[in-house]
Amino acid sequence: MSQVLPDLRYAKSHEWVRTLPDGTLEVGITDHAQGALGDLVFVELPEVGRVLEAGAACAVVESVKAASDVYSPIGGTVLAVNEALAATPELINQDCYGAGWMMRVQPAAGAGADLLGADAYAAELAAVGG
Amino acid sequence: MPFLPHTETDVREMLATIGVPDVETLFDEIPEALRVKGLDGIPPGLSEMEIGRLMTARARRDGQPLAFLGGGAYEHHIPAAVWALTTRGEFYSAYTPYQAEASQGTLQIIYEYQSMITSLTGLEVSNASLYDGGSAVAEAALMAVRAHRKSKSLRLLVPATLNPNYRRVALSTAGNQGLQFDVVPYERGSGCIDQKALATHAGKDYAALVIQQPNFFGQLEDVDALTDWAHAQGMFVIAAVNPTSLAILKPPAEWGAKGADICIGEGQPLGVPLSSGGPYFGFMTTRMEHVRSMPGRIVGRTVDLEGRPGFTLTLQAREQHIRRGKATSNICTNQGLLMTAATIYMTLLGPAGLAQVAEVSRSRTRELAELLIAVPGVRAAFSGPRFHELVLQLDVPVAGVLAKLAREGILAGVDLQEDYPELGNAMLVCATETKTRDDLQRYADALRGALR
Repeated sequence: MSQVLPDLRYAKSHEWVRTLPDGTLEVGITDHAQGALGDLVFVELPEVGRVLEAGAACAVVESVKAASDVYSPIGGTVLAVNEALAATPELINQDCYGAGWMMRVQPAAGAGADLLGADAYAAELAAVGG
Repeated sequence: MPFLPHTETDVREMLATIGVPDVETLFDEIPEALRVKGLDGIPPGLSEMEIGRLMTARARRDGQPLAFLGGGAYEHHIPAAVWALTTRGEFYSAYTPYQAEASQGTLQIIYEYQSMITSLTGLEVSNASLYDGGSAVAEAALMAVRAHRKSKSLRLLVPATLNPNYRRVALSTAGNQGLQFDVVPYERGSGCIDQKALATHAGKDYAALVIQQPNFFGQLEDVDALTDWAHAQGMFVIAAVNPTSLAILKPPAEWGAKGADICIGEGQPLGVPLSSGGPYFGFMTTRMEHVRSMPGRIVGRTVDLEGRPGFTLTLQAREQHIRRGKATSNICTNQGLLMTAATIYMTLLGPAGLAQVAEVSRSRTRELAELLIAVPGVRAAFSGPRFHELVLQLDVPVAGVLAKLAREGILAGVDLQEDYPELGNAMLVCATETKTRDDLQRYADALRGALR
């Protein structure tokens, strides 16, 4: 069973969202997603300043066996990306909810209303056997 | 094991297993109207002996003309060992091998090829080859748009001095994916990109500028100034180069202050014979920072579990069998056989040998130019430095002159009437190391006769 942190919100496409004290959002991929991908070898992140649409592809994670899109769980504007992933994409495998964060976003008004709570996401995973 | 995949017995057994009486019934879901009932205009088959006689007769009709054609494909001496080795059974495939455990020899050849091409162009990484020079321009254009993080523009600047065939291939391949190619005119004195016309595009959002060196007319572009200009405008530079010329010209990685970003070209001059326009192969190199935007595949050198060196395909996670519609291109395989020939050709010649081919070709063309320009009614269209081709202008239409010379066994040049009507009676001529001084004189004499 993959790890699901109680204080985060989740998208069905396996991204997590953390609300930071200043109201901005931190985004990454879940433990389930990193486990399914396997060892990551490359992460392509969006440009700072890019306006994201909820549900649209915003990044690419490439493992030894596949390259997959990461979908933005919320609408907003990219404030920062995790530059450390360029040289050490394995941070996502090692600590997907911490050092493996991908981007920080200034949310658009009303963004994230349809995100799942930890229990609902865990139930989703249980349903797919994850 | 028989080579034929299934015998008549196999077919009968398979049909019986799935409960279908015959092959016709198997395909009965294809509507009648869509079925082909025999092919019109296809003559009945010939025996091996008959086809042998037919082809011998046709080859005789072609003759062995003295060719001064260039325009993208060049006649160079190919050491006999190149194709003797290339056509060995172990190499005889167009495909990149997936199974590293069964393909170390082929993988090593590709690895050596990549090393040689990166060394020629000066850029850091090479893929395992593309289809040809034209498709390489298209792939480079698509790659530039993909790799350009700061510009989302789908527009590129292409000079009128780029091989018109490359422009057409790029347009038909990438044009349908939304890319737009805006043409920059050339300067009439030098036959090079008109930098004043180029400057009118300053400040506009373009993904890249394509620069062909030597350009289609054989003239040498001011690649340093052009590269620096494009970079100052935030554009990528796509270098389209002749690999032979790189033995004596500055490699694209050293153009201007920062060097070209993507380098592509037609690989045919490296050991591939002229044969009805192909098959040839394209090459592509780039900086390491763009490696994941590069189409095609790369062979890497690595070690196995026991620490022994070996070769394997790497960076194919973005190809279409994995990424489908989001793949970097539809190129998954490569021109393996032609690439093999090129690798063996480059190995046999070495850097000094390739430089000699380039130098001799250049000086032969200079001698040819002197002889031809001395013929009344013939002049060079452009001044300035060249590699191994030049444009000549005649007082009379080129087509008739070419036809006369062809009757004397001389293919005297490429008629530019269709692509460059503004040049009047113009043709592109080329001489390589395959032409002797006698050959050049024979051409000059024949041209003098044809124009008399």
